[in-house]
Amino acid sequence: MVKSKSNSITIKTVNYIANLARIELKEKELKIFVKQLKKIIDYINKLKELDVSDIPPSSHILKLKNVLREDNLKESLPIKEVLKNAPEKKENFFVVPKIIE
Amino acid sequence: MEYEAVIGLEVHVQLKTKTKAFCSCSTEFGNPANTQTCPICLGLPGSLPVLNKTALEYALKVCLSLNCKIQEYTKFDRKNYFYPDLPKNYQISQYDLPLALGGFLEIELETGDRKKIGIHRIHLEEDAGKLIHTQDKSLVDFNRCGIPLLEIVSEPEIANPQEAYQYLISLKELLKYLDVSDCDMEKGSLRCDANISLRKKGSLSLGTKIELKNMNSFKAVRDALSYEIYRQKLVLQKRKRLSQETRLWDPKKEKTFPMRRKEEAQDYRYFPDPDLPVFVIDKEKLKMLKASLPELPFEKKMRFLKEYGITGSELDFIVSERQIADYFEACVKIYPKPKTIFNWIAGPLVSELNELKISFRELKLNPSDFIELIRMFEDKKLSNIVAKEVLKEMLRTEKKANQIVEEKGLLQISDKDILSKLAWEVISENPVAVSDYRSGKINALMFLVGQAMKKMKGKADPKLLQVILKEILDK
Amino acid sequence: MELNRLTAHQLLELIKVNSIESQEIISFLEKRIKEIDNKLNAYVRKDRTVDVKSEENTEGFLKGIPISIKDNICTKWLPTECCSKILEGFLPPYDATVIEKLKSYGAKIFPLKTNMDEFAFGSSTENSYFGPTHNPWNLECVAGGSSGGSAAAVASDEAIFALGTDTGGSIRQPASFCGVVGLKPTYGRVSRYGLIAFASSLDVIGPITKDVYDSALLLNIIAGYDPRDSTSVNIEVPDYLKALNLDIKGIKIGIPKEYFVEGLDKQVKESLDEAISVFKKLGAECREVYLPHTEYAVAVYYIIATAEASSNLARFDGIQYGYRIKQKNLISLYKKTRGQGFGQEAKRRIILGTFTLAHGYYEAYYLRALKVRTLIKNDFDEVFKEVDCLVTPTSPTPAFKIGEKIRDPLKMYLSDIFTISANLAGIPAISIPCGFTKNNLPIGLQILSSPFNEEMVLRVAYNFEQNTVWHKIKPKL
Repeated sequence: MVKSKSNSITIKTVNYIANLARIELKEKELKIFVKQLKKIIDYINKLKELDVSDIPPSSHILKLKNVLREDNLKESLPIKEVLKNAPEKKENFFVVPKIIE
Repeated sequence: MEYEAVIGLEVHVQLKTKTKAFCSCSTEFGNPANTQTCPICLGLPGSLPVLNKTALEYALKVCLSLNCKIQEYTKFDRKNYFYPDLPKNYQISQYDLPLALGGFLEIELETGDRKKIGIHRIHLEEDAGKLIHTQDKSLVDFNRCGIPLLEIVSEPEIANPQEAYQYLISLKELLKYLDVSDCDMEKGSLRCDANISLRKKGSLSLGTKIELKNMNSFKAVRDALSYEIYRQKLVLQKRKRLSQETRLWDPKKEKTFPMRRKEEAQDYRYFPDPDLPVFVIDKEKLKMLKASLPELPFEKKMRFLKEYGITGSELDFIVSERQIADYFEACVKIYPKPKTIFNWIAGPLVSELNELKISFRELKLNPSDFIELIRMFEDKKLSNIVAKEVLKEMLRTEKKANQIVEEKGLLQISDKDILSKLAWEVISENPVAVSDYRSGKINALMFLVGQAMKKMKGKADPKLLQVILKEILDK
Repeated sequence: MELNRLTAHQLLELIKVNSIESQEIISFLEKRIKEIDNKLNAYVRKDRTVDVKSEENTEGFLKGIPISIKDNICTKWLPTECCSKILEGFLPPYDATVIEKLKSYGAKIFPLKTNMDEFAFGSSTENSYFGPTHNPWNLECVAGGSSGGSAAAVASDEAIFALGTDTGGSIRQPASFCGVVGLKPTYGRVSRYGLIAFASSLDVIGPITKDVYDSALLLNIIAGYDPRDSTSVNIEVPDYLKALNLDIKGIKIGIPKEYFVEGLDKQVKESLDEAISVFKKLGAECREVYLPHTEYAVAVYYIIATAEASSNLARFDGIQYGYRIKQKNLISLYKKTRGQGFGQEAKRRIILGTFTLAHGYYEAYYLRALKVRTLIKNDFDEVFKEVDCLVTPTSPTPAFKIGEKIRDPLKMYLSDIFTISANLAGIPAISIPCGFTKNNLPIGLQILSSPFNEEMVLRVAYNFEQNTVWHKIKPKL
């Protein structure tokens, strides 16, 4: 869907992205976002000045590794607490609109 | 034009850890909806994952057993997509640095030859919740959500539906040997998707890939693949094009149908999960895990063949489950008559267990107690029928054989005088059978033996009884 | 005595001789809030009567002193909404680890949560669903953000002390705008369990207090390893109060050249120069140092932070909790709920973050940003081989006017230019008051040090504070 790799923030791209993010945007919002995002992307394109080909990425800033826990059972939440915040529930379940498989 | 199929399988197995992959909720199956959930597996705001050590170990054991190259450095990524069974709307999975790459599983073909099916990759991820569809709503249960799930992806090296079936059988056998999964398709602890394409025989290019889902048994996988080959051939022979799609197997109609839910072009936006630091699997750890692996099905088969002389389908049966093989070996150690023991296990014991709906794993019968029973039979102290009855009783009451025999007075009667008296009685009560026998109907003798056994409630020695009856009648 | 005007350590001193009930302090705070918070809007949901069972142990070290909590830290059965419509009414069934710790130390969790930019997206608290927080020093100005509510409440004696969170400066910048002390600990020093994530690799919880002593005292309580947070570090926690006893003679202070550039307010610069002379007077050695990749920090930050945020905020979909717009179709339920439940800035950042992770862009943006992050981290590693800490302005300007930057997101993002690097490098940093502008707006000074060296940060800050008067001056409201 997203083809060009240059700064190609268009209404179409933002629509595609908004759909991926499951956010409905109003016409007006869409237009403002396109304008603002263009400016932001132009700014972050600054990073392209740097040669980073030999630099390792830091997805974690700490040098932690192998953080594990023992396979020991702990109590789950009482069902009442699980469903306490649910906008719609039925018996023990959360309810959503019918999904067609 | 001749076509050949190119098949790859993607198997998901739930690992049977006590707790979920990233939280301490139970993984037990079949409890009321949402009672095995906590802020972490519900994906509540603020909660964080911590990986279950046992889940990682189980996963690594599978990788080792499938001859894979375990990655020294592995990490978890987020796979982002929206679906109500996925409470965070991303799945913790592995993308570019999975646990393991490039292994193989050896399967046995119908010809008896063996074939190596390549394993493309194995990665660990969290299972999603379950959706139940009612008339107008869908209901969400997160009990399953977060159970450690191992994805095992084969290379597209499976040539036909039967091979696919064999691959699944062998894989299940292996996983059960490792004792890392229940592999119960009905409970969803093993799930299999397939992809299949057809190409001209001998061609190197690949045809249009079709993904198949919703197969609920190994047989369904085989049937769905067979149907797809048939369907795709028809399309291709008409010189039409196949469209790349996902199709669902309908077991009632025995056909595949395109999935109704339109799959959008997927863009999962994978990126390293910042909540989970990396994992470095060092050589020491691998060595330890390797040492902890049990003897695997194929090795065991070879050994049983050599040591016990069991062959063919008997061998397949005895090694099909680690528990059966272990039980068999324990018995042979006490009573070195493998053939006899095999017959007793494969016959009466298995059929009793089936009746009681218990598995070998749950079997409480001590091998030495089982052997005691077999010995009583071999020493002709019990008839076949009585011995089976005693076994039944042993499994139900957990009493020992001699105790049951004593309590019920079931010892086999081999006293010639008693049996002769019995034979005369039966002869006088069944004149028709007697005359049948004398007119050459040999079967009538067995009828008379049966009648006598009935009178003695199975306790008589049937062979001796037969000899005595024959002696009297032939006079 | 107006108990609400005191610090926690002053209250503890008082409690030693006088018995003061937790409720007395709370009454003072409530009175103060009633008087002035309609002007400040530092707390949210003031109309709501919260029914919390008092299970607190007021016997512990903190003797029931109330602490105010930012709205993005989970408090069991107390509304925690990240000042977003989409989390409307959300009641967490659990306490964040820091809350558990505070309770076990005898703190009273103040039942009102402090205002913030929605999901901590912002530098002014203008992005709150509940409206902006006003600066106690000038009501026309912003309190800073995103922990603007916590900073304003502490500055105006509506709170004794507070917790904030810092992803790119959200503790330090509002602290500097409001003239209080804000500490961002090292990433991994304080458990994030129960902090509603904005950007998981950057987020940290930290104290916002009236002075440095309270900052150390609060850090002593909240710091430490948490087995529930895989990114929390299992190393010993020192007694931070002890570090305050040490002077700073011979301490090497670096002044990064890249922070004194165009855009730096003249008065802020003057205050900084003055502060440096104070450090020198106290025996510290000050020298210029270089952090060559500073200019890329904002770009790196906005790529990484929004990418992580786009994924972290995917869970707000109206299924399990919060706001939902009822629809017959699932996808339109998602889209409408999220379209209307999130504010402008949240939507903008989710879209930006989704974009940078999308197929075909990942390498150009996200992966590249992670690599430049390494360079920024390396800059700091190098510099801390030479000096013990760095001193910079916290923000290039004092508090700006409400509405001044809200229409220009990029301009707003650039106001975090001095605070962002500490998050990218994971290092500790504090903001303390160091003067006022002619218009009587506070100016903040930032002290940074190497990972897990909060002791240095606190020690230098305390020495400065004890030799200046800035922290004693309170806003007139």
